[in-house]
Amino acid sequence: MVVDGIIHLVLLLVFAPLLQGVITRTKALFAGRTGAPLLQPYYDLARLWRKGFVLSRTTTWVFLAGPVVGVAVPILASLLLPFGGLRAPVSFEGDLILFVYLFALSRFFVASAALDTGSSFEGMGAAREVTFSCLAEPTVLFSLIVLARLSGGLSLGGLLGPGLNAAWITAAAPLGLIVVCLFVVLLVENSRIPFDDPNTHLELTMIHEVMVLDHSGPALGMVLYGSALKLMVLGSVIVRLALPLQTGYRFSDALVYLAGLILLAVLIGIVESTMARLRLVRVPQVLIGTMLISIFALVLVLR
Amino acid sequence: MIELSNLCLLLVILINFFTLGSARLVACIRAVALQGALISLLPCLAHGISGHTLMLFGSAFAFKGVFIPWLLLRAIREVRIRREVEAIIGFVPTLIIGAMLTAGAFIFADFLPLFPEHQGGLYVPTSLATLFAGFMLLMSRRKAITQVLGYLMLENGIFIFGMLLTEAMPLMVEAGVLLDLLVGIFVMGIVINQINREFSSVDTARLSALKE
Repeated sequence: MVVDGIIHLVLLLVFAPLLQGVITRTKALFAGRTGAPLLQPYYDLARLWRKGFVLSRTTTWVFLAGPVVGVAVPILASLLLPFGGLRAPVSFEGDLILFVYLFALSRFFVASAALDTGSSFEGMGAAREVTFSCLAEPTVLFSLIVLARLSGGLSLGGLLGPGLNAAWITAAAPLGLIVVCLFVVLLVENSRIPFDDPNTHLELTMIHEVMVLDHSGPALGMVLYGSALKLMVLGSVIVRLALPLQTGYRFSDALVYLAGLILLAVLIGIVESTMARLRLVRVPQVLIGTMLISIFALVLVLR
Repeated sequence: MIELSNLCLLLVILINFFTLGSARLVACIRAVALQGALISLLPCLAHGISGHTLMLFGSAFAFKGVFIPWLLLRAIREVRIRREVEAIIGFVPTLIIGAMLTAGAFIFADFLPLFPEHQGGLYVPTSLATLFAGFMLLMSRRKAITQVLGYLMLENGIFIFGMLLTEAMPLMVEAGVLLDLLVGIFVMGIVINQINREFSSVDTARLSALKE
């Protein structure tokens, strides 16, 4: 179990920024550019880490708690999750609720940190982020209920465990539906393009980025690192669902898992380069649509 | 075969949701065309490939998947409308009602006294859900084109229900239904043009207002 935990943490902490690099590289290739090197996110983090803090006088400790919780939560959540064929280091009945609400906790702290600056723009960003996440949350819960129903357990280790291969044969349709739903949630939660633009420079259209405008230096680095970790943790749920291979050896399992993650990152890059951003009023419609699809998947499973 | 037909039926239901939630007319027409193409595959998937099912596939694909959508796309090009501006019931409420009706169709289908071989399949609930979605579209939209789309979806639902008894259904009956549909679409196309010429918009609500 300790070995599992160490492998998990090493995989997560080392490879998380690479996914961002793959996404930007894919987008650059689509645009006909060479693009930044794959390791650019690592250089960015190193650069930010060497800089100093600039703190506004109106902020309190809450402002710094945001980035810290933003990094700690994905690490904790990753321990509940099997990474591909690698078993989850910590697993108990009902940990899927903990998994969902750990992310709610980090959202709460990031939003509080944004409100703590007293800037009206950051308050707007916090409001938008919280609205969209509260619409995305039912989808996640319904998808997890579908998985729980299929596997008969209530722990993430069991839901995403070896039973998935059999479930794909008996209930391919609901599983396919929830993979699509979870992919949409992944895009929303990580503020990717159809819902939010991570590269935008216009405050009025920002959602997630506007909340971290006031962070600088190591704090900004932690925010970026935290979002990379979050992308990897949420992505590994989808990778596990879509690619339930299990070789039995830790090394090859880890390789399959990483290959799946890189495929997922390429897919996100393709979605980002081929889709335009949705208008803000359309986002709730799409999220309600995915929620209805996940409910429909549940109806299919319950029949 | 059963897996493939279930996949088709699931896609049909997803297209129902999409059409209920989307405001873009071109996308809606393409979605309904895709739905028509998908359900035209069903006779072959449900009853195996034979001359009868191939005829059904060919005629349904040509009419529902190609010809009628082409007519509709041409109609909206002529009257220059792109999107449904003001639905009578909003998009999110129609989506939610549509989902509730779909769930209701699944529950209702379990209570129907069907033959044992049809029980538990996706055919009956999908056809009911598509019928209801077509009704919702007919009721909740103002533009005549979207109402035609609702009518088409209604017919798709009937077609899926007919799959349960294709062997008993003569080709002539199916051909007659398709012909009716085609004539209906033609008439609607002419009506849309007339409304457009008279009121310079295709809002059917204008029709109920009395003239001074």
